[in-house]
Amino acid sequence: MSLDVKMAWRNVWRNPRRSVLTMLAIAFASLLLVFMLSWQFGSYDTMINSAVTIHTGHLQVQAKGYNDTGDIRLVVPNPAAIAGILEKTRGIAAYTFRADAFSLVTSKERTYGAMVIGIDPAREAGVSTFKELIRQGSYLSAGDIDQALVGELLAKNLQVGLGDELVVLGQGRDGSIAATVAKVKGIFSSGQEDFDRSTIHIPLTYFQDVYTMHGAVHEVVALCESLGDVPEMKRAVAAGIRNLSKDDHQLVVLDWMELIPGLIEGIKMDLVSGFIFYIILIVVVAFSILNTFLMAIFERTREYGVLLAVGITPWRLTKLILIESSSITVVGVVMGIIAGSLITWYFQVHGIIISGAAEVLRQYGLPERMFPQLSVLSVTIGPALVLVITLLTALYPALKVRRLRPVEALASV
Amino acid sequence: MYFQLAWRNIWRNPRRTTVITTAVIIGVWSMILLGALMQGIAGEMVRNGIATLTGDIQVHHKGYRSDPVIENSITDSQVVETALGTILPPGALWAPRVRVNAIASNARHSSGVTLVGIDPGREATVSFIGKAIAQGRYLTLDDTYGAVVGKALTDKFETRLGHKLVLMSEDAGGEIASRAFRIVGVFRAEMKATEKQFLFVTMPAAQQMLKLKKAISEVSIILPGEQQADEVAAALQNALPSTEYEVQTWQELLPFVTAVLKMYDGFIFLWFLVTFIAMGFGIVNTLLMAVFERIREFGLLKALGMKPWWIVKEVLAESFFLLILGMAIGNSLGFLSVFALSVNGIDLSSLSAGLEFAGMPRVIYPILQGKDVIMANLVVFILGLLVSAYPAVKAARFTPVEAMAHT
Repeated sequence: MSLDVKMAWRNVWRNPRRSVLTMLAIAFASLLLVFMLSWQFGSYDTMINSAVTIHTGHLQVQAKGYNDTGDIRLVVPNPAAIAGILEKTRGIAAYTFRADAFSLVTSKERTYGAMVIGIDPAREAGVSTFKELIRQGSYLSAGDIDQALVGELLAKNLQVGLGDELVVLGQGRDGSIAATVAKVKGIFSSGQEDFDRSTIHIPLTYFQDVYTMHGAVHEVVALCESLGDVPEMKRAVAAGIRNLSKDDHQLVVLDWMELIPGLIEGIKMDLVSGFIFYIILIVVVAFSILNTFLMAIFERTREYGVLLAVGITPWRLTKLILIESSSITVVGVVMGIIAGSLITWYFQVHGIIISGAAEVLRQYGLPERMFPQLSVLSVTIGPALVLVITLLTALYPALKVRRLRPVEALASV
Repeated sequence: MYFQLAWRNIWRNPRRTTVITTAVIIGVWSMILLGALMQGIAGEMVRNGIATLTGDIQVHHKGYRSDPVIENSITDSQVVETALGTILPPGALWAPRVRVNAIASNARHSSGVTLVGIDPGREATVSFIGKAIAQGRYLTLDDTYGAVVGKALTDKFETRLGHKLVLMSEDAGGEIASRAFRIVGVFRAEMKATEKQFLFVTMPAAQQMLKLKKAISEVSIILPGEQQADEVAAALQNALPSTEYEVQTWQELLPFVTAVLKMYDGFIFLWFLVTFIAMGFGIVNTLLMAVFERIREFGLLKALGMKPWWIVKEVLAESFFLLILGMAIGNSLGFLSVFALSVNGIDLSSLSAGLEFAGMPRVIYPILQGKDVIMANLVVFILGLLVSAYPAVKAARFTPVEAMAHT
């Protein structure tokens, strides 16, 4: 056995230039896949995290049907009970309450329809990045009543600045008219045009008062300590709700995938299209190196003839050749993994700015600077694919050699 | 003579030539096909964007784009019409619109929408709405109280054909105007967001409700060709006083799509490079082998007085044939597959939520773009010859004595 390995290893280095070039081709493919997959996984993490922290959170408790219709009457009647469950569930990092109502917002000059969102200022800051989006003025503080935070584009459309008054006119939970006047305390910009054009935020207690919510809210938003915990937390919270009184039985727990269904499908699509690209790339590489493997054998026809003539079995010959090509492949793949991980690690620390893509990224709530994310999966999947396809390629010449006949082989030059 | 020599040389080992040509073929084929697919996605995004009430060019009152309110309406549409009549190339289509933010509500729900007042006949020629009616019917000019709404909006409002919706918006006098409309048609669109956003009524109905008299918000223009939007827009802007009107092309109106297009172009080029590098290793290796097994031969040629430069040229000619052969077959395969796929398109409807999230169309028709095909072939050809210089120079460096001694 060890003799075979020794022979194969020496054969690899009989033509160093050729072997090195082949290894480099394999290393290049592996390197690229390590980097690209780390990049993809990294961007998914960023996408999910920013989507989750801008608005939806990992989990939400809502009344059944609220997510689809946004009907103001579908409420979580007793938020304190849900808070009790969340407090008891280990792994929930933070939670907050929100209530929303579509209303007419009128300034001195203009009228626009907007989503009025009631937030709990202190809790909200723990769950979402919203507090950091304030560009002018300041965030809501605990005692605020008739204060509002307005999206940048909406403020522009309404032609209002800090301290200006807004008349808010909508419909309360009980069907009554909800009307109030609020002062602009701050202006926020998330970069997502929809959000900045169509929302204003007011303190939750104030919202409950204006829209006659009787202490109810529409969403209880929770953030888990890690993304991986979400399914488990979801089960735990759902179980907690089932133990509550009858009134709360209409409540459902939704995770981020249900709240933003496009996100997970977008990720799946990106993965699938990525893999099509990778497979094509690997096939091109495979054909590039098939030649090396073939040639390494055909230029040694005479030699194999001798080996066969002195009694080596065809199987052993095949094994010898396979060991030779696997060594080249493995060295190439390892080189690729090391170089790829180093390069990826560099960018993981420093980040990459895709010039010109900032505008596209911002609409998805993504930062301009992206960070690839090395993980066991991202480092192994790509190179494993390369390994498998390359070894399959190597099978062809290795099996071909079995057809050699000693006499003919010896006769060849 | 080099070419003859080279051509014969590459067929001395047909298997080797076949294998490396296959690598080049797959590379070129994938470049052409994937380039065309991405252009197809981009093209469809542009088409969608243009059909979703954008048009190739739009004319607004100055300031409407950044502040789309009723005060920024075009009061004298006659001026614009005259300019359009003289400047637009024959075959161009245009439609006027009233377009304001409004609030739609019924007994249970209310939501912000964009109220679009259209001239039904003209509108059908410039935007998607003429062909998008899924239930009921399209508007006619005498529909004073009829509205066409999106499917997603009817779902959200739990309403249907024949029911009423109340629309509220600010009128020209700064008062809140409201008016009830009956749903006469329900439309479907590529994006759910479009179905939720737009609500169509006739232009006279909108003008009456908003006390606009004959004023309009915008004119949307579709040009017969494709590339000339810039020139026509510039000519229009010259003809209209710039203190009062602004003329914009779809590139300015759809900044998101323009940014995506640019990103795709960059990505396609990167993909070409990466694919090339993958096959570049194969090309170099194959040529190196071809050179090294002929050491004796090159030594002999040199001994006979062949100059090193000639040998370089001969080896490069071999590479030239490998590349040309691979490119010819790769391109044909690429064209064929693009052609085959463009008959029915690639239907991705099963991924619709993801597509919508990414702003992509549901059916992709690959589009061959001259510049991509040229770029793919240039990358392969030029870089291919460049990397072949290494084995070629290697071959030219053998000294006759050591080469002849080689077995």
